[in-house]
Amino acid sequence: MPRRIYLDHNATTPTHPAVLESMLPYFTERFGNPSSVYKRAKESRRAVKEAREKVAKLIGADPVEMIFTSGGTESDNTALKGVAFALSDRGNHIVTSQIEHHAVLHCCRWLEKHGFDVTYVGVDHKGRIDPSEIAAALTDRTILVSIMHANNETGVIQPLSQIASVLREKNIFFHTDAVQSVGKIPVNVGELGVDLLSLSGHKIYGPKGVGALYKRKGTKITSLLQGGGHERNMRSGTENVPGIVGLGMASEIALREMKENAAKERELRDRLERGVLDRIPDIVVNSQGTERLPGTLNFCVKYVEGESILLHLDARGIEASSGSACTSGSLEPSHVLGAMGVPVEMAHGSLRFSIGRSNTREDIDFLLEVLPPVVEKLRAMSPMRT
Amino acid sequence: MNHGGRREFIATEKPMEYSEKVMDHFMNPRNVGRMENPDGVGKVGNPQCGDIMEIYIRVKDDVITDVKFLTFGCGAAIASSSMATELIRGKTLEEALKLTNKAVLEALEGLPPQKVHCSLLAEEGIQAAIQDYRGKSLGSSLGSDYRKR
Repeated sequence: MPRRIYLDHNATTPTHPAVLESMLPYFTERFGNPSSVYKRAKESRRAVKEAREKVAKLIGADPVEMIFTSGGTESDNTALKGVAFALSDRGNHIVTSQIEHHAVLHCCRWLEKHGFDVTYVGVDHKGRIDPSEIAAALTDRTILVSIMHANNETGVIQPLSQIASVLREKNIFFHTDAVQSVGKIPVNVGELGVDLLSLSGHKIYGPKGVGALYKRKGTKITSLLQGGGHERNMRSGTENVPGIVGLGMASEIALREMKENAAKERELRDRLERGVLDRIPDIVVNSQGTERLPGTLNFCVKYVEGESILLHLDARGIEASSGSACTSGSLEPSHVLGAMGVPVEMAHGSLRFSIGRSNTREDIDFLLEVLPPVVEKLRAMSPMRT
Repeated sequence: MNHGGRREFIATEKPMEYSEKVMDHFMNPRNVGRMENPDGVGKVGNPQCGDIMEIYIRVKDDVITDVKFLTFGCGAAIASSSMATELIRGKTLEEALKLTNKAVLEALEGLPPQKVHCSLLAEEGIQAAIQDYRGKSLGSSLGSDYRKR
């Protein structure tokens, strides 16, 4: 079997060996329920506490402000529905953007069916949200603004602190889905000015099935899960101790090695971007020149469809993703590229490469060798190229 | 989640998995290319849905003697075009008109549920090419005035 080159780190990451190792004892001898009284339980309790401190440190939060969840989707749902239900007597309007992850978008659609009004602010052709558009969307019924930190498809980083200043003294809570930015670039809840922040374990070399929601002290939310009152009554259910320990370790490593990883990823991403533009005609890099995550590259290959490119790359051992309808599992191509005004037929031909810890120059050079003939082969059978 | 009667053609429940036959026709598609002066052309699909097919046929004595295609689309769309063109090569127009997406699906050993429409597009492309041919030949037999209508 040929070497596999993984270039889809925005989808998920492999669990770091040190993370896995840190988790293992909590499946076996340290299996205690943190709510029990004996020594074994105390060990679990301490492990959860230490993990909470590590995750909080990664985003500049106080440990008591962290709620462990099952992942990014649950964190987003808890933030949005939690604020909506807690403040429904004060207002019923939410502002978000058209480029959010489905965990936010579909949650907002659901809230619309349950008496809430949602404004979906657009983006410019580079995928950036204009804080003045957020300001213009606010009403005296607005209770929550939810804007992602970095977009999963384009990697574009949104101006959160500017949006926060628009919201200041307005008594509107500010949530961000920071699943893609946490661990990759510096994230500080104080500097960003957010009240709620979602993060996920498996995007930062931690395990799947665990994440966290930062909730600033004084932010009112209703819990989605009622039960034993875990996580300060915010998320009932016996703690996923091994997962939480893994998330803690992943956070510690991410913080320690962030600078070095980001520099390497940026170098490889720029090498790939230059290489693709040099070697393949009719390529449009999405959000080129915009402040982006260091390891994310998204571009459209004109006249061909994304899934067919991915299948050829897969046959050569390269793993990436596309914003085509065929890979999104819906009939529409990427809603993110759509919001940016990218024509549909071009959005069907979008590719996303997201670089991570394991990637090397050789990986990028191999991709640059494989991709041009694949594109040429598919273009030769395309009726779109006249 | 109900795919009804289509279920029997589905090779796998895993959404993105293609059969070996599909992968063969995708990686090595048959009959690719544009045909010079074809007797009939069928253009179906649209960029919105992400699939566009052009099927070209050459006809002699009511038999499809040559067939080519160009396709913009996913793996299933390319494999469906390739298989459908293989299935009608050398067939009479009557036989080719009877080609259904079911036959394309069976020959491909199934497609994932959300890709079944690609086989339908191939069926439509072939029908459109035959209709184009018949329109032209009918037009030429009735003179140029008829063709303009």
